[in-house]
Amino acid sequence: MASVFTATRSVRAARAARAARRPTSSTRTLISDVSLNRRRGKIIYRVVLTLVIVAFTLAFIGPLYFLFSDGLKSTQEAIATPPTLYPHHVYPGSYVQSWNRLDVGLMLWNSVYYAFGALAFQLVFDVAAAYSLSKLRPALGNVVLFLMLATLMIPTTVLVVPQYVTIANLPFFHWNLIGSPEAIWLPSVANAFNIFLLKRFFDSIPADYIDAASVDGASRLMILWKIVLPISRPIIGVVSIFSLVAVWKDFLWPLLVEYGYTPTRETLNVGIWQASVGTPQNLLIAASAMAAVPTIVFFLIFQRNIMAGLTAGGIRG
Amino acid sequence: MANAVTSVARRTAAPTVAGGRRPGALLPRARRNAGAWGFLVGAVLCFSFFSWYPIVREVIMSFQKPVYGGGNTWAGWSNYVRIFHDPTFWQAWRNTLEFTVLALVIGFAVPFVVALVLNELRHARGYLRVLVYLPVMLPPASALVLFAYFYNPQYGLFDDLLRLLHLPTSQWVLQPGTGFVSTAMVSVVIASTWMNMGSATLIYLAALQNIPGELYEAAELEGAGILRRIRHVTIPQTRLILLLLLMLQVVATMQMFIESFVLTNGGGGVGNNTLSVVMLIYQYAFAMSGASNYNSASALGVVLMLVLAVFSGGFLWATRERG
Repeated sequence: MASVFTATRSVRAARAARAARRPTSSTRTLISDVSLNRRRGKIIYRVVLTLVIVAFTLAFIGPLYFLFSDGLKSTQEAIATPPTLYPHHVYPGSYVQSWNRLDVGLMLWNSVYYAFGALAFQLVFDVAAAYSLSKLRPALGNVVLFLMLATLMIPTTVLVVPQYVTIANLPFFHWNLIGSPEAIWLPSVANAFNIFLLKRFFDSIPADYIDAASVDGASRLMILWKIVLPISRPIIGVVSIFSLVAVWKDFLWPLLVEYGYTPTRETLNVGIWQASVGTPQNLLIAASAMAAVPTIVFFLIFQRNIMAGLTAGGIRG
Repeated sequence: MANAVTSVARRTAAPTVAGGRRPGALLPRARRNAGAWGFLVGAVLCFSFFSWYPIVREVIMSFQKPVYGGGNTWAGWSNYVRIFHDPTFWQAWRNTLEFTVLALVIGFAVPFVVALVLNELRHARGYLRVLVYLPVMLPPASALVLFAYFYNPQYGLFDDLLRLLHLPTSQWVLQPGTGFVSTAMVSVVIASTWMNMGSATLIYLAALQNIPGELYEAAELEGAGILRRIRHVTIPQTRLILLLLLMLQVVATMQMFIESFVLTNGGGGVGNNTLSVVMLIYQYAFAMSGASNYNSASALGVVLMLVLAVFSGGFLWATRERG
């Protein structure tokens, strides 16, 4: 009904809506367009809009401005009282010095290595598990699924100690994984949220597709590869983005299992924290700025997917 | 739909197994199961080693103590007795509750109000959404190092702003004092909210967009003003997501670690006034000079796990009853 109504709306209204640059127009919100179009409404709206834009820009871009500009100050200017609002003497050397002194390149490489390795492990094992639970349905599959989802109730930070002890001496295998990248990669696979999202999506794939393929003699691996994965590209994108960001932002675990083993295994997060004592302020801020660049760029490229994933893919604390 | 087809497949498979009574008929089913488990085994192993076993092991370790020369022996409740007698234990809990309450007051209301306002704007929404979410993407240490710089009592920006406004300056995170709303903890909450509010805001925004416009229309015709429309339409319509995020946020803030850890250089503030429970677990297990004690840390972990479980269970139960 609503769509018929919008379709029969006059062309002028449609043009007006487009002029207001509103992507989806027909749904009304708390305040109706009518009251906004009154003279008083218009004025209040303009004022509020301006205030919101100014306040948000100050609150969210402001700190980022200082993150990037304070690294351009000399050490003396960075710790001057009162602080300067912009570098009076631009000193790009801080970035070079910071890069060399804190070995930001190494931290960056470590973070990339851990994050993408964890992503690869998660994609292989979690996709396979979700496929099995959704489409192959082995005996006891529901018990396994329940036990996996139950871990969502128990936050990981609570388990750092037994996890650490387990990683240091893996049962049956007696491997000590401390200091190896697997210490980050393998635990990241135990992510019930990934399994949940993937399984829910796989459940929605019509069984006819899979039955048709298996009548044609396709193996289960072939079905996963040729049918399930291509259909599931959106959800795999969501899972990948959140997996990468989670490992990238993680702090305590890499601090314990990698930095605790040898400082050269430090990730960006750990390295910046470690440098926060005894590093001149301008170099520290410059390093923080460099550490922030990859995720900011990543976000600006994938912002649509990230935001859609955040709201459509479910809720992540 | 998938379920229906598989159950049909099962039903057709079952009679041959049960009715045929041939031992060979079990084989295809066993093979099918083995294949399915082959896909599952990697994840199951990872869950076993890094999730299920540690949960059990945490409880076991909390009742053990190390023996001189290697190995463990049962210790009864002694680890629990020891942590309950540690004054830092109670302080850490008090601080964590303080953080949780303050983070709720600031961090729960702010994203909802922001989402409400953003949802009413007809311009610049994409820009504002990107802005709010941007800090979520920063490495937390970067954001916190920056906040530590702003909070610095000598050359920090925030004190400079206060001086500009002729207000008394503050030590921010380094401010001594352990009142329930201490300056130090408020500083931690501000940094934490700035870093984390983006995801909650976007989730609320999505929930607000799902409210049918007719409800507002009807309420307005009945003469309800903006505040009453929020009270009687917006909040009831988003109640489920509000409650869910409320629970998730409490569970997340009870595990506060990195905020205080970076802002206070791992120290926990002046007189431990921003030391959280997870920081105390870390200190017990890894940072106490000399005797690192995994067992006391496990006992504390079990206590935290129980508190969180009781909270989420109770919360779900209480909200389900009314709904």
